[in-house]
Amino acid sequence: MLAFKIAVRFLTHGRTQSILILVGIAIAISIQIFVGLLIDSLQRTIVDRTIGNSPHITISSSTDVSTIRRWQQIVYEVEHTKQVKALSPSATGNAFVEKENSNLPVLVRGFPFSAANQIYNISNAIYDGKEYSSRREVLIGRELREELELDVGDKIVLSIPRGGTVTLTVSGFYDLGVASINKAWLFTYLETAQELFDFGDRVTSIEMTVEDVFQADTIAGQLKQQLDNNDIVIENWKDQNPELLSGLEGQRISSAIIQIVIIASVVIAIASVLAISVLQKSPEIGILKAMGINDFNASLIFLYEGFLLGLVGSLAGLVLGIGLLYIFVFFTTNPDGTTLIDLYLDYSFIVRSWLIALTASTMAGVIPARKSLKLNPIDVIREG
Amino acid sequence: MRGIIELTQVNKVYHGAVDSQVLFDINLSFEAGTCNAIMGVSGSGKTTLLNIMGTLDFPNRGDVLIDGKLVNNMTKNQLARLRNETIGFVFQFHHLLPEFTALENVLMPHLINRWRPSREVIRRADELFDMLEIAEVKHSLATKMSGGQQQRTAIARALINNPKIILTDEPTGNLDSGTTDKICQGFREINRRYGTTFIVVTHNHLVAKHTDRIVEMRDGRIISDTKSDV
Repeated sequence: MLAFKIAVRFLTHGRTQSILILVGIAIAISIQIFVGLLIDSLQRTIVDRTIGNSPHITISSSTDVSTIRRWQQIVYEVEHTKQVKALSPSATGNAFVEKENSNLPVLVRGFPFSAANQIYNISNAIYDGKEYSSRREVLIGRELREELELDVGDKIVLSIPRGGTVTLTVSGFYDLGVASINKAWLFTYLETAQELFDFGDRVTSIEMTVEDVFQADTIAGQLKQQLDNNDIVIENWKDQNPELLSGLEGQRISSAIIQIVIIASVVIAIASVLAISVLQKSPEIGILKAMGINDFNASLIFLYEGFLLGLVGSLAGLVLGIGLLYIFVFFTTNPDGTTLIDLYLDYSFIVRSWLIALTASTMAGVIPARKSLKLNPIDVIREG
Repeated sequence: MRGIIELTQVNKVYHGAVDSQVLFDINLSFEAGTCNAIMGVSGSGKTTLLNIMGTLDFPNRGDVLIDGKLVNNMTKNQLARLRNETIGFVFQFHHLLPEFTALENVLMPHLINRWRPSREVIRRADELFDMLEIAEVKHSLATKMSGGQQQRTAIARALINNPKIILTDEPTGNLDSGTTDKICQGFREINRRYGTTFIVVTHNHLVAKHTDRIVEMRDGRIISDTKSDV
């Protein structure tokens, strides 16, 4: 208790020195928090915008036949896997939309709307009209609409590769933010697609999203073992996007290096300030030892100083870092006014960073604490 | 009668480029409740002797008994506790902690092994402040006091744990003769009131004349040991 009281008094008495080191710690920790959260937000934004509205794991046929047998059984089993967030069967086939003298290639994607909506978030993407509500209705993307000059309620004629044509009514238009999809995909009922492509009651794929996108490969592996079916192939987004993953990994490593360097500089700054403090305070420490304070308690003074500097400095750094991030996100926007990156506050990262800063600051007190152990009261008393 | 401090065949050598022996076979005993002076010119070994009695330094050879306990083989923590409970120090430089008030400085030895000061010790502190005539600076920072007040605060600090022994090294070295006299009278008063044993290292005859016994040293040896007529 006395050691703590002395530490507090040493810090508050040498106020300018304490404030300077606190400002130093706060700035360093704020940069560490800012960089860490920014990179994390950036990564999540990239992942979200790349695979957020698409399946993380897809089951399709590995045989010559494009459809999956007994897919209901597979759906039943996958549905009971804990980490799977949303799941939808899909019947997909190529077709052409007739346009005056030419035909445009399209991909007809049949889904149960509510299930597909959880994966592709179609409801939010519909900007004109509404979702399909009868078997002869279809949703069309923005780019295809512009190409075909369509309106809600218009009819389109689809040519099926196996022969014949089908007329469907446009129930609405979507914009998923990806031009290639908007131009090619037609959303319709599962049964409509099955009928168009003569799939019977089969589907061509089972698509799903998972709780933790970075666990997609592990979950896919578990499903493979669980389903033990040679007629299907299970793919996940990580295997399909190695460049994206290596880019993210590069970002993660560079962020970690920056954070380590910052923490190291905080430790060195605190240690050097406290080492000077030991020299400055050696008369006091010497007389305390003469009065009967033991070496351990004398050294505790400097550990407490490190701890207190770290506690106050890192808390101020946390507030400053998060504030900086908000300012950054607020002022960096796309031309349409939306934010450049989505802000994610990873609380576990914040708490972890704070604890690391606090531990590192306390540990920075170890060097001066050890120095104080060697302090001999006689030397101090003799020097006056 | 056994002394509160007993030194037997104490020798001290400082090892360096050239070894230098500063104490030679010192045999000395101080009775409890007495007021003693150790005198000698600079380099006579009196401060080294005081530091050895205060367990701040150690002899190369010989035994040191403090309050009946042989300190030669004690651990650092045991010595720290012994110093805290049995010995009070007053040095030439007051060494008060400038971050604390006079009262906080005085209570510090008490707080080394306790969470908070007891009522009794606060009362004792008040008594010491009154006796040493420094009550008006009780709540002042050490840096806001005069040299005499600082030194008297250091004396109060040395006394707060009611130690059996007070060791002082040139306690009035930086003070004028008026203040020196006041401090010496303070020592005598404490000695009379609490039965505290005083050992005062000094080269000042004015200080020594307030004591019961004067031990004189030269070149690491005791050359005279006389009772004074206080």
